[in-house]
Amino acid sequence: MGHESPLRHVDLFGVTLTFNLSNILMITVASLIVFLIAIAATRNLAMKPTGIQNIFEWIMDFVKGIVKSNMDWKTGGRFHILGITLIMYIFVSNMLGLPFAVVYDDVLWWKSPTADPVITLTLAVMVVGLSHFYAIRMKGFSEYGKDFFRPMWFMFPLKLIEEFANTLTLGLRLYGNIFAGEILLTLLAGSLATGVGGHLAAIIPTLAWMGFSVFIGAIQAFIFTMLTMVYIAHKVSSDH
Amino acid sequence: MRKESESLEGSEMIVTTNAYVLGAGAGFNGGDILFQLAMFIILLALLKKFAWGPLMGIMQQREEHIASEIEAAEKSRVEANQLLEETRAELKATRLEAQNTIENAKKMGEEQKTEIIAAARAESERLKESAKLEIAQERDNAMNSLREQVASLSVMIASKVIEKELSAADQEQLINDYIKEAGEER
Repeated sequence: MGHESPLRHVDLFGVTLTFNLSNILMITVASLIVFLIAIAATRNLAMKPTGIQNIFEWIMDFVKGIVKSNMDWKTGGRFHILGITLIMYIFVSNMLGLPFAVVYDDVLWWKSPTADPVITLTLAVMVVGLSHFYAIRMKGFSEYGKDFFRPMWFMFPLKLIEEFANTLTLGLRLYGNIFAGEILLTLLAGSLATGVGGHLAAIIPTLAWMGFSVFIGAIQAFIFTMLTMVYIAHKVSSDH
Repeated sequence: MRKESESLEGSEMIVTTNAYVLGAGAGFNGGDILFQLAMFIILLALLKKFAWGPLMGIMQQREEHIASEIEAAEKSRVEANQLLEETRAELKATRLEAQNTIENAKKMGEEQKTEIIAAARAESERLKESAKLEIAQERDNAMNSLREQVASLSVMIASKVIEKELSAADQEQLINDYIKEAGEER
């Protein structure tokens, strides 16, 4: 994890954009995998679902349950697709870094895209931004503004902090979990597995931690989606 | 893994500082942010169009199908019940009708029986009457023919008696005897 990042700088209209090519690669890979799985699952749709269609229908119902537990379906229905895409993308991203990491010339290329705070914070900011956008769109600007002074006017600073805290915790929770998981995997594979005895000793903890990381990856995807819906519902609903 | 472990051995000492500090060393990755946002939005749009949309569509379709099936089943159940009621009523009516028909037939048979008996009785009465009449007529006819015969006989007798010189009194006596005899023979 202490490897260099493949950074490239691009000047675009006088603004210097920094690209981490590893992130670009992994984002593309994760998106592609999600897309291909989803297409494969929904290519032969039938009224009597079989196999992978069942799984995806279960995922849909699962996300529907998440949305429904936060707001009524009339307002929440429009966030259904966002929720499914988020949970799928984050889950796949979390899984990508588990089986291996590719380091070439001391530069880390293959990892979980969600093991980078920039990515997770981008997603978090996007989600919080969406919550603000939908709050203004569905309740009007004045009602949206007034919400910052409820239930008491002096809560305003706290409300303001809450927005930033929400964004930061949402992004960093995901990043921390996945990054820590990969660090430990790297340490197990890299530092413990030296020599025959070390390799043998590393097998069981590595397997255990991989299993646990799969669990954590799934849980974090669920938590991210759940909190997305919580924040959006918090902003969008008018009864509190 | 192996590659990483090899490279890690060399850089173990410098692992600590940069990597664990948020954003350190990397600077501000504006490009990553833009790329992630764009990719996510593209993914969202593509999945909505090609995967989630159709999937939701078919789930909706199934929901509607099930609802309509349930409705149809309910409807047909009601219909069947109605039909059953109708059939039951019809059966009841038919049974009643059959009973009525049987009763009517019985009544009619009874009537016909009495009618036939009465007719037979009348017929036999009539036959008896006509037979009596005929008998009476036959008797009269017989009497008449007898009388005529008697007359001719008497003429014959008379002619015989005349041959034998019969007195008037004897002749009377003779005629009466003959008549008497003829009456008794009957």
